[in-house]
Amino acid sequence: MPVLETTNLCIRFGGLTAVSDFNICLEDGELVGLIGPNGAGKTTVFNLLTGVYEPTEGAISFCNEALCSAGKALQPYRITMKGMARTFQNIRLFKELSVIDNVKIAYHQNVKYGLLPAFLHAGPYAAEEKEIEKKAIDFLEIFNLHGKKDEQAKNLPYGEQRRLEIARALATNPKLLLLDEPAAGMNPQETSQLMELIRFIRDKFKLTILLIEHDMALVMGVCERIYVLDYGKIIAHGSPAEIRCDPKVIEAYLGEAV
Amino acid sequence: MKRFQSLLQILIAVGIGLFLQVLINNGMINPYYAHVMTNMCIFITAAVSLNLINGICGQFSLGHAGFMAVGGYTAAIITKNTSLFVPAMISGQPRFFLATLIGGIVAAFIGLLVGLPSLRLRGDYLAITTLGFGEIIRILLLNWQFVGGASGYFGLKKYTNFTWAYILAIITIVIIRNFIQSSHGRACISIREDEIAAETMGVPTTRYKVIAFVIAAFFAGTAGSMMGHVNRMVSPASFTFMLSIEILLMVVLGGLGSISGSVGAAIFLTFANEALRRFRAFRMILYSLMMIVIMIFRPKGLLGTKEISLHDINKTMTGILTKFKRPVKKDNPVETSE
Amino acid sequence: MRPSFKVNARSENRLTITQQVIQQLINGISLGSVYALIALGYTMVYGIIRLINFAHGEVFMIGAFVGYFAITVLGLPFIAAIIIAMVFCAILGMIVERLAYKPLRKAHRVAALMTAVGVSMFFQNAAIALKWIGASPKGFPRVIEVQRYHIMENVSITSDRLLTMGVALLLMFLLQFIVHKTLMGKAMRAVSLDKDTAQLMGINVDKTISFTFALGSALAAAAGVLFALNYGVVVYQMGLLPGLKAFVSAVLGGIGIIPGAMLGGMLIGIVEVSVSAAGYSMVRDAVAFTILILVLLVRPAGLFGKNVREKV
Repeated sequence: MPVLETTNLCIRFGGLTAVSDFNICLEDGELVGLIGPNGAGKTTVFNLLTGVYEPTEGAISFCNEALCSAGKALQPYRITMKGMARTFQNIRLFKELSVIDNVKIAYHQNVKYGLLPAFLHAGPYAAEEKEIEKKAIDFLEIFNLHGKKDEQAKNLPYGEQRRLEIARALATNPKLLLLDEPAAGMNPQETSQLMELIRFIRDKFKLTILLIEHDMALVMGVCERIYVLDYGKIIAHGSPAEIRCDPKVIEAYLGEAV
Repeated sequence: MKRFQSLLQILIAVGIGLFLQVLINNGMINPYYAHVMTNMCIFITAAVSLNLINGICGQFSLGHAGFMAVGGYTAAIITKNTSLFVPAMISGQPRFFLATLIGGIVAAFIGLLVGLPSLRLRGDYLAITTLGFGEIIRILLLNWQFVGGASGYFGLKKYTNFTWAYILAIITIVIIRNFIQSSHGRACISIREDEIAAETMGVPTTRYKVIAFVIAAFFAGTAGSMMGHVNRMVSPASFTFMLSIEILLMVVLGGLGSISGSVGAAIFLTFANEALRRFRAFRMILYSLMMIVIMIFRPKGLLGTKEISLHDINKTMTGILTKFKRPVKKDNPVETSE
Repeated sequence: MRPSFKVNARSENRLTITQQVIQQLINGISLGSVYALIALGYTMVYGIIRLINFAHGEVFMIGAFVGYFAITVLGLPFIAAIIIAMVFCAILGMIVERLAYKPLRKAHRVAALMTAVGVSMFFQNAAIALKWIGASPKGFPRVIEVQRYHIMENVSITSDRLLTMGVALLLMFLLQFIVHKTLMGKAMRAVSLDKDTAQLMGINVDKTISFTFALGSALAAAAGVLFALNYGVVVYQMGLLPGLKAFVSAVLGGIGIIPGAMLGGMLIGIVEVSVSAAGYSMVRDAVAFTILILVLLVRPAGLFGKNVREKV
């Protein structure tokens, strides 16, 4: 059963067709890349998958459940609750909140106590908050961020902010993780650490990962399959080795000597 | 430790309130100042509740006076018509409490009606929509002859005194602060910080914006009821757009997102209002300049999103005291540069 | 030709529906022109810096007062008074923009909105505080002879209303000319579409924004003087309601779109006049707010607007 499957996905903004005939299929546990020149529509695809945009045509199916078709789309938060999480091209952390509070938001969808215990800090409130705190700290330990748990997110160095964003997305316990240019702004050493992190989380959390990236070293090194997008259409699809040699891809994006 | 600290804070607040009330009862604080202090508590309730929408949740409501009007008028109708909605058996002060509660609930319901369609809108559009709703409420009340129309609804008994207003303020602060420190409150703050990211994290953003709106409307309604029963009347002229702006100024001055800031600013501005009462136009010029200057230089308000807790006061006091205790040493060893 | 003098109240003397409609249309367009002039200022400023200039209604009020003083103190003729008011307010608008709005260009939209609210309060209360203005209304002198022109039976228009429509139309034509046929106008359009790219193309963004404010304020000032002429009164809070209604007009037509503001103003004027004529003048102001809310909820882009999605 494929984790994610799109059928002829298409979106038009007024006269501009941003994405069309988009057909991909992700099996459980795969690590797949989505590459292409700037403006090709990669982030638009992510926005379609997560429900931020409503497709003009086509359908998306997640774990055999229809997420949307033209005319009706699930709201983003519902899609997240079904098990799809994402990070953003420009880091979207909750800047004024502490590191641990950023992670705690991820647990909100599972919170059991209602408004009344919240108002009075009574009943199930104390026990559940303690549980959330413990879960969040344990989670941060996996990513080596627990030492800074009370720091404001905006005070973290850039690399740690990226790591926190990924951690935060993972805290929602997803089956599919969408990473939007996680290596943006990183030096080669940070990038190879990121590659380690991606492999680690895929194995530890038993995830499927779809990754947008421009850093070819990371993409070729980590992805098992790659889709190439240009002007909103998939122009090639295959293993890293196949993509590297594909003449269409080289012309549109890679250039010679990769 | 946290639980103990918050209980301690509540106890201290109650103690201060009792102390002040005793002073009033013994005539050591004259009735004029008692009236000002009562107004102060009403404004604290209004400001803290508005902060929930504008500061904590990051939305922008310009119609708070409208909710106060709904609460004030509802409560007034109940206390003045001794058998309407609430059985005549309940009368006097207890009737007032019930009326205030019902006023809050009705205001909350109106908040739901206003919030559900409006909270899909972005910042400035939402602001104008709430302004519009606030004005529509006022104009409808202006034309409703049952409650006196433009002249207002007179003859309310003075059920509010400093104690009840103070208690309402404390309840408002405690409940809203508790809300902020819960997972639901965190959800609201995440909406303020980055709505798209919050939605992606599984937070139903519109639902929480409406929740914040409804809670704020409830407390605004109760504040409106208190206001009506201390002025002995409610009228459309007491719930204008200017009132919404004055409360907004308190929230902005104190810090968008800081409850302690709103409390402090409400106290400060209530007394400033009284002190500058003679210079009405000049006072408003000062306030408008204050608003402009704050927005340009410190748009998040004086305290921003920080709170002042007992812990902070303790730390500051200790810091000041230690400065006085230790004399400056003359022969300091040479220090390495930073 | 029927004799114009009737003794009995028979059906010949009653206004027909058509006559009523046309009369209300005329009254509405006259009022609507005033709203349109103010609305243009809102829409241009929003189009260029995404700010709802709350203080715009006060510019309208200040323009009316400048016109008032030009006529009563300086003894100038009406046209001169309008021109002076327009120049004064154009400069005032530019000053306000530089002092209060420019520092907030990068800030949250809500912060800029609150500053605008502050500026609005400032002007209103400064007007009260100033000795020459004060809190009480002043009568605007009758500078033109009021003549009634009959268009058809039971339908007429007064000269002041005619003047209002004429001046408003002229100004709107001038504005369209400036926006579409001059270099500055092109710059305005470029900056509203994409500020950063416009800057990269060598356009002086600051000057363009100042110019926009100057234009919008001048139009509001003209509206103020015309309004004062029609209603015969100037008072410190005269800008509040017309300002809000003009804002509704701008939103109705599609905020940021100039023809939208013109059409929106006319529509709001016609609706308002009709509501009054139907006997509901007490809730007349609530009607404008209701329209605003309906537009924002149902079609926030307005009549001429397009839905622009936020880039994630």
